[in-house]
Amino acid sequence: MKKIVENIKTRFKVSDVIHQRENMTFVTTGKESAIPLITWLRDYEGFSHFILLSTVDWNEDGFFQLTYLLNNPVKKVDLGIRTFILRKNAEMTSAHHLWEQVATYQREIKEMFGINFPGSPRVDESFLLEGWDDVPPMRREFDTKEYSEKTFFPRPGRESNDPATYMKSKLYPNEEK
Amino acid sequence: MVNKENEKDKFLAPENKVHIVIGPEGEEITVDPLKDYFCEAFPKVHEPKNRIVENFINWARAESLWVLGFGTGCGSIEIPPLLSPRYDAFRFGVAMRATPRQSSVIIISGYLSVKTLKRVIRSYEQMQNPKFVVALGSCTINGGMYWDSYNTINRLDHYMPVDVYVAGCMPRPEALLAGFESLKKRIKEGRAEGANEYATNFKWYKANQKKIIKDWNMPDYNW
Repeated sequence: MKKIVENIKTRFKVSDVIHQRENMTFVTTGKESAIPLITWLRDYEGFSHFILLSTVDWNEDGFFQLTYLLNNPVKKVDLGIRTFILRKNAEMTSAHHLWEQVATYQREIKEMFGINFPGSPRVDESFLLEGWDDVPPMRREFDTKEYSEKTFFPRPGRESNDPATYMKSKLYPNEEK
Repeated sequence: MVNKENEKDKFLAPENKVHIVIGPEGEEITVDPLKDYFCEAFPKVHEPKNRIVENFINWARAESLWVLGFGTGCGSIEIPPLLSPRYDAFRFGVAMRATPRQSSVIIISGYLSVKTLKRVIRSYEQMQNPKFVVALGSCTINGGMYWDSYNTINRLDHYMPVDVYVAGCMPRPEALLAGFESLKKRIKEGRAEGANEYATNFKWYKANQKKIIKDWNMPDYNW
């Protein structure tokens, strides 16, 4: 694993190398070099299996973090490539030309986080939320409770009494505290 | 005329737009699927006429419940064991059916996302009268553990009339059998008038449905 990371370091600018486990490592790279790095890993380092693409919303810092998790089936190691993109007008280079299934992840991320992937097939079609017209729901500024109460006719809850106060008012109504 | 886009049918599915079909002899036929393929008439109330005859029919209805094989949420896992030898719902006159046109009971088995609700409404409206709704799990009552989710509904009875609620998260197959028993009791007493209720309050139900299904691209009544 360390040898692979050294190999990467000779060609690409990476930082924050985290050896999570013996067979799992995460590296962070810039937005521009992420897709070239993944392409190189797939073609020359044997990371032929794409596991997943996930997103984290760092709302306070103004970034989205994308993680591309790759697997090398021969050496049985996982490598995660992290990259940070700006939250404002979020856009990322599409990777659907490397693995077909990336397009589905990108379509979902477009819907849930509002990150655009220009050129990705069917990226503008709705995935789970048909006809959604609000803030993308996985963004941190989206208040799901408020939206639910506004939209889905919440059932009014039961009235509940604190037993201590209730019994006191029943038994000793004239007593203070 | 062909594929005329306006504000109203912005979400209309491509197959539901007005289009031209070439007939067997080469003639051109203009088809408006919403008018030609679906019945435009809204549901009507069918009042029970003769009490004695109605009681007999209700007894027959109650003893032969045909359940639509439609699973949503966690409860779709609870239904297959119901038909296995261990619980054996056939003893109670409950059988599954694959199509809404031939079934009389729909089980809403758990949480309903907005996307699924659209399909549920479509299936429910295609079922023939009389039809009964069994709501399974707490998600259908008040949203359950998904009460604050942006994508699951909270109260099923705002979108379709519910006959029997089976509470629990998730109720076991025994609870569902008990639910069927109480549904039978309800039918025999003549209180399971969900289809008539739906027809009476059709506008209210439709307004609620359209409030949350924003890309409404089907006819108002899918018969």
